Amino acid sequence: MKTDIILAGVGGQGILSIASAIGVAALKKGLHVKQSETHGMSQRGGAVISHLRISDKPIFSDLIAEGNADLILSVEPMEAMRYLPYLSETGYIVTNTAPFINIPEYPAMKTIMGELNKNPRLVAIDADNTATELGSKLSSNMVMLGAASPFLNHIAAEDLEQGIIELFSRKGEDVVNVNLAALRAGKEFAANAIK
Amino acid sequence: MQKVLLGVEAIAQGAIDGGMSGVYAYPGTPSTEITEYIQHSKYAKEKKIHSQWSANEKTAMEAALGMAYAGKRAMTCMKHVGLNVAADNFMNAAVTGVNGGMLVTVADDPSMHSSQNEQDSRYYGRFAQIPILEPSNQQEAYDMAYYGFQLSEQFGVPVMLRVTTRMAHSRAIVNLKETLPENEIKLPTNPSQFVLLPVNARKQYKKLLASQVNFEKASDESSFNQYFDGKDKSIGVIACGIAYNYLMEHFPEGCPFPVVKVSQYPLPRKKITRLSEETESILVLEEGYPIFEELLKGYLEKEKVKGRLDGTLPRDGELNPDLVAKALKLPVKYGLDIPKEVSNRPPALCVGCGHHDVYRALNEAVATFGEGRVFSDIGCYTLGALEPYRAINTCVDMGASITMAKGAADAGLVPALAVIGDSTFTHSGITGLIDAVAEKSPITIIISDNESTSMTGGQESAAKGIIEKVCLAVGVEAEHLHVINPVKKNHDEMVTLIKTELAYQGVSVIVPRRICVQKNRRDIKIRKAQVE
Ligand SMILES: Cc1ncc(C[n+]2csc(CCOP(=O)(O)OP(=O)(O)O)c2C)c(N)n1
Ligand code: SF4
Repeated sequence: MKTDIILAGVGGQGILSIASAIGVAALKKGLHVKQSETHGMSQRGGAVISHLRISDKPIFSDLIAEGNADLILSVEPMEAMRYLPYLSETGYIVTNTAPFINIPEYPAMKTIMGELNKNPRLVAIDADNTATELGSKLSSNMVMLGAASPFLNHIAAEDLEQGIIELFSRKGEDVVNVNLAALRAGKEFAANAIK
Repeated sequence: MQKVLLGVEAIAQGAIDGGMSGVYAYPGTPSTEITEYIQHSKYAKEKKIHSQWSANEKTAMEAALGMAYAGKRAMTCMKHVGLNVAADNFMNAAVTGVNGGMLVTVADDPSMHSSQNEQDSRYYGRFAQIPILEPSNQQEAYDMAYYGFQLSEQFGVPVMLRVTTRMAHSRAIVNLKETLPENEIKLPTNPSQFVLLPVNARKQYKKLLASQVNFEKASDESSFNQYFDGKDKSIGVIACGIAYNYLMEHFPEGCPFPVVKVSQYPLPRKKITRLSEETESILVLEEGYPIFEELLKGYLEKEKVKGRLDGTLPRDGELNPDLVAKALKLPVKYGLDIPKEVSNRPPALCVGCGHHDVYRALNEAVATFGEGRVFSDIGCYTLGALEPYRAINTCVDMGASITMAKGAADAGLVPALAVIGDSTFTHSGITGLIDAVAEKSPITIIISDNESTSMTGGQESAAKGIIEKVCLAVGVEAEHLHVINPVKKNHDEMVTLIKTELAYQGVSVIVPRRICVQKNRRDIKIRKAQVE
């Protein structure tokens, strides 16, 4: 069993912490993991992508082949569309609906949602809003992780909670708790959305 | 012990565990994190393993050779174009050979994710006629750094470790080995080995040539190279480095075609010969230039070899699982098209960056002279080439701003300007400045000093605190050397300053100095953490 995930967003939005949380959880379960990421220009604001692959068997390629991703997890709605060529016929899109607008020709939200809604397997959540309501806008990426949790096959939400505890424990109990709350809120939203 | 490591981190850890005494490097994507990992390693700190940045790749490689001269194990790291800068030392280090182990780790960037070109460092390895290691996965990256020193000491030559962007920046689980002790200091037994006077150089070179058969034998015996037989002999595949993964991705249970996995060069002759004898044609998968494809095919094309040269694979750019599938005529899946509304997000200077203020002033000051006279360089400030500034006309290689401006001024394009960053200035700008001063060339040089090597993530800049001293020392006149704080309220002053200096028929240097916003933020964070 193998799960191929495309993580997408804009530089500085924290997709690498999402990857780390999943990675830590996968390792704990003794699974194989490969995760490639975009480094390079240190300026913020460019599109970033990470290929995250989890399997109970050894993984060869660091890159996911086109049409093979089980999940596109995007913390930004336009970025979710950029990687549609990777999505498999049965794959899910889980995306944040809060746009990151740093270019003049950013499409209208109606257009973006229209395009995304063409896909029947879509979970679209305003993670920025959910996180703000929980008192920490910075936890928006953990809301997204929660929203993606039903699609991670080998990894249960409890494993992710362990991952979060490990990642954030350095920063104190409050940070851990708000991130856990964010994860749960995202998970609940997704559970309702796919009912 | 197990760790999840990026390919570059695996190299760093492998080198530390392999008994390295020092790393010498200049930053450059995708190689930067190797040195940063060593700088942050507790063990490396305790053992005082050298890891401070060098001024450029040439000084880095020379220092590494010096350490290897003294009998210790040294690594030098750089991005592919950095090897051009260090090439003089590199080619000659192959002739002197080494005493302690020396690894030359080079990170190539096919598809030019963050580079000016996609040159393939394996050419340099072949050029220098030394062994090359090219990992197919993170575990091999670790193992190769670990064993690379031993290989280098066994043959008495530097060994190249070549990775590409994907390997550099992809993470996987790596099993670590026991940490080896560092070498003791030990002088070379042959006192003339490192004295490349022609009389010695000829001897040393013959030694290098005589070693070639041994390098080839080592490749045939190396566990990094493998022959996997397959039933379908219609095609045999030579899969180099990471390309092996893109092949095996399609055949997790085993490839139906015979495969030679190549991760150590020169090519393993016996394995390649067998493949050629047993199969009807050969497909060469190389993440980079079609170097070995061309070699096997030969000018007269007597061998049936497919790859990048005959269009089976694209001629340029990095490989991926889809391209390999198409090359083998395997079925490929297609996802959805990218909706046309999706627009690019080009990189841009950060809000508040001092380079903004420099370009605003520069554009205003040169407006009267007309276009095409601003020679620039490589760094965050290169983004001044894009909207909204369109302020610079060149970006070629590190240091080329000052020298190209000089050449253009010699040609009569007066005034000519150079815009260069502080780290680029100490990397390769100073020598060009010496040329310009020597001829009193009518150029105005702007050293946009953000006290940081920012493009690659904000490493310490060797230029910190020395720019004015260097300029004066090489003969820039004090009246034509100015420092200014590039902020809004100084805009008019900066415009006037540039205009005035453009009128001067000699070398002027203007240093707008304000720390990089990101570097400043990081420094504050680090200081805070230290206080806590
Ligand atoms: C020979 C070579 N080495 C390294 C690099 C990678 N590189 C590109 S820009 C840069 C840093 C430039 O720093 P600086 O001149 O201070 O400009 P800043 O980015 O801080 O504005 C580096 C290391 C390169 N392109 N070529
Ligand atoms: S990283 Fe620093 S130098 Fe680069 S654009 Fe941002 S503020 Fe400017």
